[in-house]
Amino acid sequence: MQTTFPRLMLDHAKQRPQAAALREKVYGIWQTTSWRELALQVQHLAAGLAEAGLQRGEHVVVVGDNRPRLYAAMLAAQSLGAVPVPLYQDAAATEYEFPINNAEVRFAIVEDQEQVDKMLELRERCPLLSRIWFDQERGLRNYDEPGLTSLDALTQSGKNFISQHAGWFEQQVAQGRPDEVAAMFFTSGTTGNPKGVVHTHFSLLDRAAAGKKFDKLTADEEVLAYLPLAWIGQNIFSYAQWLTCGYVVNCPENGSTVTIDLKEIGPTYYFAPPRVFEDLLTAVMIRMEDAGSLKRGLFKHFMAVAKEVGPKLLDGQVVGWLDKLRYRLGDLLIYGPLRNTLGFSRVRVAYTAGEAIGPDLFTFYRSIGINLKQLYGSTETAVFVCLQPDHEVRADTVGVPIDGVELKVSDSGEIMVRSPGLLQGYYKNPEATAEVLTADGWYHTGDAGFLDGSGHLKIIDRAKDVGKLFGGANDGAMFAPKYVENKLKFFPYIKEAVAFGNRRDKVCAFINIDFEAVGNWAERQNLSYAGYTDLAAKKEVLSLVRDCVQQVNGDLAHDPMLAGSQVHRFIVLHKELDADDGELTRTRKVRRGTIGDKYQVLVDAMYAGKHEQFIETAVKFEDGRSGSVSATLPVADAETFAAVATLKKAA
Amino acid sequence: MAQRKIGDVILEVKNISLRFGGVNALTDISLDVREHEVRAIIGPNGAGKSSMLNCINGVYIPQEGQITFKGKSFSHMNSRQVAEMGVARTFQNLALFKGMSVLDNIMSGRNLRMKTNIFQQAFRNPWWSAAEREEGEHREVVEKIIDFLEIQAYRKTPVGRLPYGLQKRVDLGRALAMEPSVLLLDEPMAGMNVEEKQDMSRFVLDVNDEFGTTIVLIEHDMGVVMDISDRIVVLDYGKKIGDGTPAEVRANPEVIAAYLGTSD
Repeated sequence: MQTTFPRLMLDHAKQRPQAAALREKVYGIWQTTSWRELALQVQHLAAGLAEAGLQRGEHVVVVGDNRPRLYAAMLAAQSLGAVPVPLYQDAAATEYEFPINNAEVRFAIVEDQEQVDKMLELRERCPLLSRIWFDQERGLRNYDEPGLTSLDALTQSGKNFISQHAGWFEQQVAQGRPDEVAAMFFTSGTTGNPKGVVHTHFSLLDRAAAGKKFDKLTADEEVLAYLPLAWIGQNIFSYAQWLTCGYVVNCPENGSTVTIDLKEIGPTYYFAPPRVFEDLLTAVMIRMEDAGSLKRGLFKHFMAVAKEVGPKLLDGQVVGWLDKLRYRLGDLLIYGPLRNTLGFSRVRVAYTAGEAIGPDLFTFYRSIGINLKQLYGSTETAVFVCLQPDHEVRADTVGVPIDGVELKVSDSGEIMVRSPGLLQGYYKNPEATAEVLTADGWYHTGDAGFLDGSGHLKIIDRAKDVGKLFGGANDGAMFAPKYVENKLKFFPYIKEAVAFGNRRDKVCAFINIDFEAVGNWAERQNLSYAGYTDLAAKKEVLSLVRDCVQQVNGDLAHDPMLAGSQVHRFIVLHKELDADDGELTRTRKVRRGTIGDKYQVLVDAMYAGKHEQFIETAVKFEDGRSGSVSATLPVADAETFAAVATLKKAA
Repeated sequence: MAQRKIGDVILEVKNISLRFGGVNALTDISLDVREHEVRAIIGPNGAGKSSMLNCINGVYIPQEGQITFKGKSFSHMNSRQVAEMGVARTFQNLALFKGMSVLDNIMSGRNLRMKTNIFQQAFRNPWWSAAEREEGEHREVVEKIIDFLEIQAYRKTPVGRLPYGLQKRVDLGRALAMEPSVLLLDEPMAGMNVEEKQDMSRFVLDVNDEFGTTIVLIEHDMGVVMDISDRIVVLDYGKKIGDGTPAEVRANPEVIAAYLGTSD
């Protein structure tokens, strides 16, 4: 697609000036910005930024929640040929230091006081950072800092400039070329400094268009923008595809109102990581447990029907008339109202990606008639690599390569991709770029997997994490930690799992319980507890977790490749793994290495055959203070099963 | 941060004494509150802090003394008159309507500012009615407060179902709905955890900052009081034993004695 982001915006403003581009809930009412209004706003911001001295090719940091004005600011920067660099809004100030210095950022556009404070805190260590603009003035009235101004003031000065220079903006936009850099995304990275992934207008827009074609998206879609701007998924779904398709992007009132806003908007095109779907389902299940017996009975009965019939209907298979009738009745009584409660009444296409989704969870949504599908991609590939076509959706694969994508599996089992959506490189990091991009344009995804018989891609684990067991009964067997962890995490009671086993004689694991689910379970068991640590230490909880682990072992025993990865021993951790403590990435992926080092004594205890171990851990509280928690944790054994030599696939 | 502009004395309490039968709740107390400042009243349990607020608020009528508000002096007033003059308050033991939504609770704070009568409210012309228009205006004010206090997610939740910390915030919201010039806060942070206290402190400072509201608060948490107040009055057994900036009060030997006890 030979165009740029700002050109697309101007096209929409010309062709359908009155159509809604963005909506934002302010003071309890949804306020609409039309394409024409948006174009004006962008024009004024761009003029203001140009006056402030923004150069072509320069980086501008954007930090905040999904706010229309931040979207406009990104477009304004792109109009001038500058590069917006969105950063995670919930990160601590120190985490911004590297990106800001690395990208030589002089200008920052942020949402509110919280972000302004972080930027001011960084000034000493980021000497180049000279101008900061904020969207919301609240609490900032008495700030007297050089270079700190409101976006209102920026817009105003731009407005004055535009009134004297008609045609200036269009000329700026016309100067932009599709092969210029459009945006840079810093990948959180499980190790080392983050890397800036450089994308051009072409790479992002080409993939956005490929996705549009694949799912036949139109300008009538409604999308709720609630994921971090800094994440490329959010950028594709509510920025690149927004401009490509011209649909409406809705910004929620704030983070805590997302579920309410979701219901009010009723999106038709929806994207969420598995975690969000899981949380929604947990909330529904907890409410069902508290419902009256009639409702519970109906729910149970019709969910069984849905599980049997729903996926078949969505996959377009033939279903008997009696089943159809039962499903129709269920739809009337249960599924319809449930979809409405979840805010999914109008969803035509929903995607999940980022990590593996549990088969039960996945089937649940499909069985109640939500067309939930999986996709495969990453920041480096501008998301869209593989998508699941309607009617060919399965829980354990991630779909077929779409338009423009070439895919092969290297000799070492790693998936390689060639596509127009590939990154240009890592910013100022040729070594890292050379590591992932080959001379003839193939990208190393770092994922181990294979294409199955029907051409669908199946992912096993990160290629570098796939290890081997040493010594013991399963010497030399393959060990895929993520695969084991995911299987464990598919249980609602287990929030996070960390498996160890590479170069060891057996697999052991840390388990993090899901406080909400286990807490609720404990209540129903009349089990009292004082808090997370206390609950996690209950022996009833230990045996609950043991049941889960043993079920996973049973499953793994059926998989000839991974039968050796059964979990022999485990520990239920006393604290939740947390991104603030560096144990998870900002996108909530476990940092296995960090955790292994931090809890070294526990790992050793599991392999040394001890039955309990004392540990003291430093924790960081939300207000920035730090403290420590200590506990003596039991090391539990789990039953393992002999490998079953059968062709039946693990569930 | 730049210094806030603290103005002239807006509220002055002169030689107030309040007795319940033989008990001297307050003895000859004088204090002043300047415009836009955060003024704290502290003291051990039973020192007369809430009684002090109740006198200012018109709930109790002191036997002696005089209160001057915005240049007008009076020795007794009822609470409605005080409210009409622009003094709002929150309560130590929440006095919210538990069954009503957050929105309705805060809307009830607009009561004094509603001009349409009961008939206009009840019989509404579907095309144009004064009550309808007025409700819209009030709703706007209420929505701004909801936004300010970051409770959008609970707009329609019955107050009784909210956790305590949030109920306190709604209570503050209802007081703000009066658009008061002076806000009396009776232990706004009692029973809260550290995080809730920090949130509440921020809201109190934001109210002071954003709306220029003068704030008189009673609080037990010394850390909070020292952090957010401009000046502090210390009461003990119904008598004033200290008055000044946090630093002055902290150095006052009588205050230390009242809080920590003395060796003799």
